[in-house]
Amino acid sequence: MDSTMIIIGLAGVFAAAAPVIFAVMGETISERAGVINLSMNGTILLSAMGGFAVSVRTESLPLGFLAGMLIGAGVALIVAFSSITLKQSQVAVGFVLALVCRDLSYFLGNPFMGLAGPRLPAWSIAGLSEIPVIGTLFFRHDLMTYLSFVVIFLSWLWIFRTHPGLMLQGIGERPAAAFVRGANVNLMRYVYTVLGGAIIGLAGPTYSLSVKAGWKGTISGLDGIGWIALAITIFGGWNPLRAAFGAYLFALLQWLGLVLQPSLPNIPSQVLQVAPFPLMILTLLLVNIGDAEWVERTLASLPEPTRRFLARAFRAMRASPPAALGTPFETQ
Amino acid sequence: MKVELRAIHKYFGNNHADNDITLTIPSGTIQGILGENGAGKSTLMKILSGFIHADAGEILLDDKPVTISSPADAIRHGIGMLHQDPLDFPSMSVLDNFMLGHPEGLFPNRSVVTREFKNLAQRLEFSIDPDSYVDSLTVGERQQLEILRLLWLGARVLILDEPTTGISASQKEKLFLTLINKLAVQGMTIIFVSHKLEDVEILSDSIAVFRQGKVVGEAKRPFNTDQLVEMMFGKNISPGPRQAMSQEKSVLWLDGVSIEDVRLRIQNVNLEIRAGEVIGLAGLEGSGQGAFLRACSGLMRPVAGYVKLNDRDVTGKSYHVFKRHGVEFLPAARLEEGLVPGLTLAEHFLLAEKQNGVFIDRERGRNLAEERIKSFNIKGRPVSPIESLSGGNQQRALLSLLRDPLSLVLIEHPTRGLDIESVIHIWSKLKERCKQGAAIVFISSDLEEILQYSDRVLVFFSGKLSQPLDASKTTVEQLGQLIGGKGWAS
Amino acid sequence: MKAMITKNSRWVNFGFQIAALLLALLFTTLILVAAGAPPLEAYKNIIIGSVGSFKKFSDVLVSWVPLLLVSAGLLVTFAAGLWNIGVEGQITLGAIGTTWALRELQDTSLPPSLIIFLAIIAGMAGGALWAMLAGALKTFGGVNEIFGGLGLNFVATALTIYLIFGPWKRPGVASMSGTVPFDAALHLSLFPGLRLSPWALVIAIVAIVFVFFLLQGTYFGLRLKAVGKNLRAAYLLGVPTWQYIMLSCLICGALAGVAGAMQVTAVYYRLIPAISSGYGYLGLMVAMLVNYQAIWAAPVALFFAALNIGSIQLPIVLKLDSSLSGVLQGMLVLFVLIVEGIRQRLSKRS
Repeated sequence: MDSTMIIIGLAGVFAAAAPVIFAVMGETISERAGVINLSMNGTILLSAMGGFAVSVRTESLPLGFLAGMLIGAGVALIVAFSSITLKQSQVAVGFVLALVCRDLSYFLGNPFMGLAGPRLPAWSIAGLSEIPVIGTLFFRHDLMTYLSFVVIFLSWLWIFRTHPGLMLQGIGERPAAAFVRGANVNLMRYVYTVLGGAIIGLAGPTYSLSVKAGWKGTISGLDGIGWIALAITIFGGWNPLRAAFGAYLFALLQWLGLVLQPSLPNIPSQVLQVAPFPLMILTLLLVNIGDAEWVERTLASLPEPTRRFLARAFRAMRASPPAALGTPFETQ
Repeated sequence: MKVELRAIHKYFGNNHADNDITLTIPSGTIQGILGENGAGKSTLMKILSGFIHADAGEILLDDKPVTISSPADAIRHGIGMLHQDPLDFPSMSVLDNFMLGHPEGLFPNRSVVTREFKNLAQRLEFSIDPDSYVDSLTVGERQQLEILRLLWLGARVLILDEPTTGISASQKEKLFLTLINKLAVQGMTIIFVSHKLEDVEILSDSIAVFRQGKVVGEAKRPFNTDQLVEMMFGKNISPGPRQAMSQEKSVLWLDGVSIEDVRLRIQNVNLEIRAGEVIGLAGLEGSGQGAFLRACSGLMRPVAGYVKLNDRDVTGKSYHVFKRHGVEFLPAARLEEGLVPGLTLAEHFLLAEKQNGVFIDRERGRNLAEERIKSFNIKGRPVSPIESLSGGNQQRALLSLLRDPLSLVLIEHPTRGLDIESVIHIWSKLKERCKQGAAIVFISSDLEEILQYSDRVLVFFSGKLSQPLDASKTTVEQLGQLIGGKGWAS
Repeated sequence: MKAMITKNSRWVNFGFQIAALLLALLFTTLILVAAGAPPLEAYKNIIIGSVGSFKKFSDVLVSWVPLLLVSAGLLVTFAAGLWNIGVEGQITLGAIGTTWALRELQDTSLPPSLIIFLAIIAGMAGGALWAMLAGALKTFGGVNEIFGGLGLNFVATALTIYLIFGPWKRPGVASMSGTVPFDAALHLSLFPGLRLSPWALVIAIVAIVFVFFLLQGTYFGLRLKAVGKNLRAAYLLGVPTWQYIMLSCLICGALAGVAGAMQVTAVYYRLIPAISSGYGYLGLMVAMLVNYQAIWAAPVALFFAALNIGSIQLPIVLKLDSSLSGVLQGMLVLFVLIVEGIRQRLSKRS
């Protein structure tokens, strides 16, 4: 494999990761406001099917993507309503919606299976795409991949560099303190959850109209992506940049799995396909292990220099969620 | 700004928390609101600051009736409130906390804000580093930050809700000087809400006394302390004489124990606690008393030294081992850490007692519950879900779960937020345990409680531990100095 | 009207549940219309497909057995406060354990009924171990059981496929239809003419009764509930919390393992790729729908099983995808949650 192929492969990683980026950014925003949207797996499937169906019927790509966004926003609205206004468990509602939306996508998508639909064309950016290496990596993609780059930047900018973003951090951390500072906490939670849902809703169509074009029902290979995206969100520590890194790392590993497959014939393909999951468990393990009580007790029994070093290492790896994640907010 | 409240009423279910409150506060004065916990003071202030809504009544600012429908509304009218636990964002920086909520466009100009922060801080003689994180500040510093923020937003009325709990004597002094010399003098109206008679007397121009939701009386300088006490309690309640009951036998022995927490280190503690003794742990929040108490219970493992319980070496063993040898730990957060919401009172007793057999004997649970309800005067029934009990009754319930006999009871904040009757009742129950030989170690931010009920007092400051002080020979002032870091031989 | 709602009487609550059912039916009907399908025809086919004949109903019972086993097990983990999403993988590991035992013992001279019995035990062990793995990740590693369980689900599926295409493959060409079917002697005996096994039925009913008494009437159940509602307080009150969490995982995993064992010994007679058939996720929904009360688990599981079996008709007769049953089941749970939220809101207003 020569260097050109490697660069093209890496560029492919960026494109393949675009849907996951949308999902992860949307979920990060929603969780920053304090609402977990566990329905991601179902939303991605439903928005993929819906976007494809609308696109085929109307022969319009933009309408397909718009449909996907609306579906994502709609499902998120149900999650928001059930948890913010009705104060039911976010995990329960999200989980049920994950299953329902998946079944809905299979049922409603039945007539569309195997149809050929519009595909998002590639769009090299004139001039920039000629730069060696960088040009191929970043500027020879399609619209949605470029949009994924933009979404990462805007998410980071909004959360960390604007006043409303500061308030968003506050709402997720300590809603009562945000309330005292003038935030309409519940309204903001609605807005950010639905907005996050709309961004998640871009992930599905990006698959069915670009990366994995078409709708293939139960063998679409999309079932499971949403759960991985949730894990990447946690790994990302609710920080858009770190989460994006996680998404690209995941896509890279999948690509490596495909690339290395022929040279490792003894390892069945299932092992490589499923490799992200143990990896995900491993990373979740690492980011939280410092908090486990048995670890703290064992640390206390170690000699001082080892203890110091390990304690600092655990603290650096930590990923703690917004403190008020999952809890309803009431003033009285 | 002149503040006037007319006929304010507030109900929480059947609880008439504020009953026909009428009060006038002239501009530029310090109004004291005095009353014990549960009298309705905080509720009224939350109404005035927009946090909750009154069910009836009017509020007038400078003789104009206003509606305050949210905290944002309140600050627009110039009313700012400093909550007892300042409502800030511990994981964010001081500057971010300061800026958050200020209506100022899309992109913050950090350098301009930093400059304004430093100017304000200098004017009030506060020294806080804008880049440090709020969870590294003391309560006193967090209060200062909040005052700065409210001033920056243009507050003309400053409400302080129980500000002197958990701050050192010198921080209190500084707060009072700031209030009198820097704020009131500039025309700021200050409302000081507290259950601490002394503090309210020192600070206020005029005092309104609350009891059970009503304003039972007002007083102007000079104040008659006895009259105020009578208005607060309706009668003269005194905690009674001190009772020292320590015995010879040693219950807990700490030998060269060092404890390490995320933020501090306590080195080389040597202490012997005797049966029947009460030890009070005093100090600013986060000075190490919490970690110390957890280490004495087995919840935390010391990094050096030995812990002996009744002559048995239990160093490094878990809390459940300690429990088997007669130790119990009662947390401060009653509902979050001590009791199980969703279970009834009777079920709690079934949980706490030694089980007989596999199947639940519900009759036994009910009988046990009724017995304890009577003996601890808990307002509740065996089938009451635990979350339906009031704070004071929850604490009594928590206490009533203690088994018999015990060697050592470790309590975080036994009477936080409780009315005086509950406090006296709870301590009488605890002293009964002492008579049976149990030792008690407790944490409290109420210095008077510490001196009233302890035999010996340990003061914590930044992980340093004082020599045990004789409670009968120490004054509140001395204690206040020590918890603030003054008077320590280095 | 408000007073009636807040009175909390059993009839009012029942009324709210019926409202949820009607809303779910309404939504599903709308979906059918949107798909261009005749709703009444669809429902009629589902009903005929599930209770239209004795044989069909016995098929429903065949589906009821694993669902009831899984739901019973999940009630235990829910009591401990766990979202045991990994139950799907626990069924799979149970099936793998059973298959392994049958393969090892099928050529020995042990009596077939003993072999089957040991195989079921092996299934229990497989499911229990997989569940305790998720439990250990949670208690010792701080890995949320939702993600730990999900990851292990995928690993379990991959493991199944690896075994079917690898060490356990059929002689000749490996195929998606699974491993070599077991000899008829090793099938769990069935009712004559039906696909239902009396043993399976008995085991499932015993399981739910066991779980009911465990949670309601024992100290174990009370302590488990304390762990689920407030871990810290339960620990301070003396409950060995991590042991209880692991025990709840063990019980749930064992029951899920038995469900997997049933799939191998009484339904498919071999290991197939999708051996867990979604019973895990469905069981989670049953448990949510009965509000974690064991007493309603059996009838609700029966209803869900009926929907599943009934909707098999849809692709055959109406060319619709059978996941319609999933839509109805899910919307039912969703509407129950929503209706409960509305009821709580209304009763607070008074």
